[in-house]
Amino acid sequence: MSDADVIVIGGGLVGASIAWGLAGEGARTLLLDEGDGALRASRGNFGLVWVQGKGLGCPEYARWSLRSADLWGDFAAELHEATGIDVGHERPGGVMLNLSGAEERENIKTLAQIRLEAGNQPYDYEMLDRRQMAELLPGIGPDVVSASYSPYDGHANPLYLLRALHAGFAAKGGRYRPGEKVEAIEAGTGATTVRTGTASYAAPRVVISAGLGTTALAAMVGVDAPIVPLHGQILVTERTAPRLALPTNLVRQTREGVMMLGYTVDDFGFDTRTRADRSRNVALGALRAFPCLRDLRVVRSWAALRIMTADGFPIYEQSEDHPGIFIATCHSGVTLAAVHARDVSRWVLGHDMPATFRRFSTRRFDVQETV
Amino acid sequence: MFRRLFEPQNPVAFDFEGETVTAGEDDTVAAALLAHGIRHTRTSAVSGSPRAAHCLIGACFECLVEIDGRPNRQACLTLVRPGMRVRRQAGPAAMKNGGGA
Repeated sequence: MSDADVIVIGGGLVGASIAWGLAGEGARTLLLDEGDGALRASRGNFGLVWVQGKGLGCPEYARWSLRSADLWGDFAAELHEATGIDVGHERPGGVMLNLSGAEERENIKTLAQIRLEAGNQPYDYEMLDRRQMAELLPGIGPDVVSASYSPYDGHANPLYLLRALHAGFAAKGGRYRPGEKVEAIEAGTGATTVRTGTASYAAPRVVISAGLGTTALAAMVGVDAPIVPLHGQILVTERTAPRLALPTNLVRQTREGVMMLGYTVDDFGFDTRTRADRSRNVALGALRAFPCLRDLRVVRSWAALRIMTADGFPIYEQSEDHPGIFIATCHSGVTLAAVHARDVSRWVLGHDMPATFRRFSTRRFDVQETV
Repeated sequence: MFRRLFEPQNPVAFDFEGETVTAGEDDTVAAALLAHGIRHTRTSAVSGSPRAAHCLIGACFECLVEIDGRPNRQACLTLVRPGMRVRRQAGPAAMKNGGGA
């Protein structure tokens, strides 16, 4: 006896996007989530819907990110219609700032290589000199030597997004169970049983999209999905009048007016504390980019843990031993939300597997396949 | 709506939007404005709706005012000073040095 057509394990941005997509396809969907104490990258996100610079050495990832960015407008509109929540999506293009000659050379090399690897697929961007930048983003600092601009990039409010996905999922008849940490997954013929501390549920299809919890859950069904935490820290300023017309990799202004300043990358294990020295580095970087920020007060700061594979690319895989059990995880839960809602949910229901997914299987981590 | 339990021993006067407000020397600006019956101390930067102090412990940022020309001050975390000039925070503040490079 099955409790649902699909059980999705993990109620963060990835799981909630897939669950919303599944409910929209008419599948009876059960979304199991941990409690408020869960590590929750979705609540620490910077909020970029970002394409440029992603997918070096992996054109499938560059294309996947671009497809999601292209679908994002419709995705946000559907969420708005279903829930009344405006997730604040805008796509004015995005800017990556080069604060030194070395950064500039690296940026130029990376983007040229990604464009080369894109083959006959479009991959638009342009390099901007200081004069062009100053027109686009008045107030840019003297340390900024150049920038790259991509028309594909944009941003959204990740907290509204998570709320809208949950509200939309419920509105389409999905069942949500918080406080149910999954302790066992038992594959059986025709149905998989998922046990939590308090209950057990069975369904013919199960999606494991549990962020940093994915490794342990995937191991229960014989899949080695190595994922590690990567600490990132953000500062948020008081609200100010609209100033930045488009997001950059270091600073973005939200629709509500705050400046979000990023970012750091550190391996501190599972420690989610903020660090004063990292806050200082973030603030100094932002001030080099935009000296005009110096009179704004910082009102919030937080750290969160990215969900990282060894190569930084996502994992999408259906278990070979147990068809019907799927693994989907990545660190770009905002950017990829639109393809998770559309393409991944259809794949889980047995429609076409996106052609690029062969590249995203965990097989790539096998020693035998590493050159 | 709010009533003082006892009158201040050493009253302090300051200016709110051209009106003289009398407060106790240990009052926060937010407490003094509420005790004076002022119910609208800022305008939301997002919706434009009128707001006033809410949490009184520095968490909610509903009590933002302009004090002596400086925008976005938290009235609930600022003690009154004689002669200070307080104004409503009208929407988002512009960045002070918001000009060119």
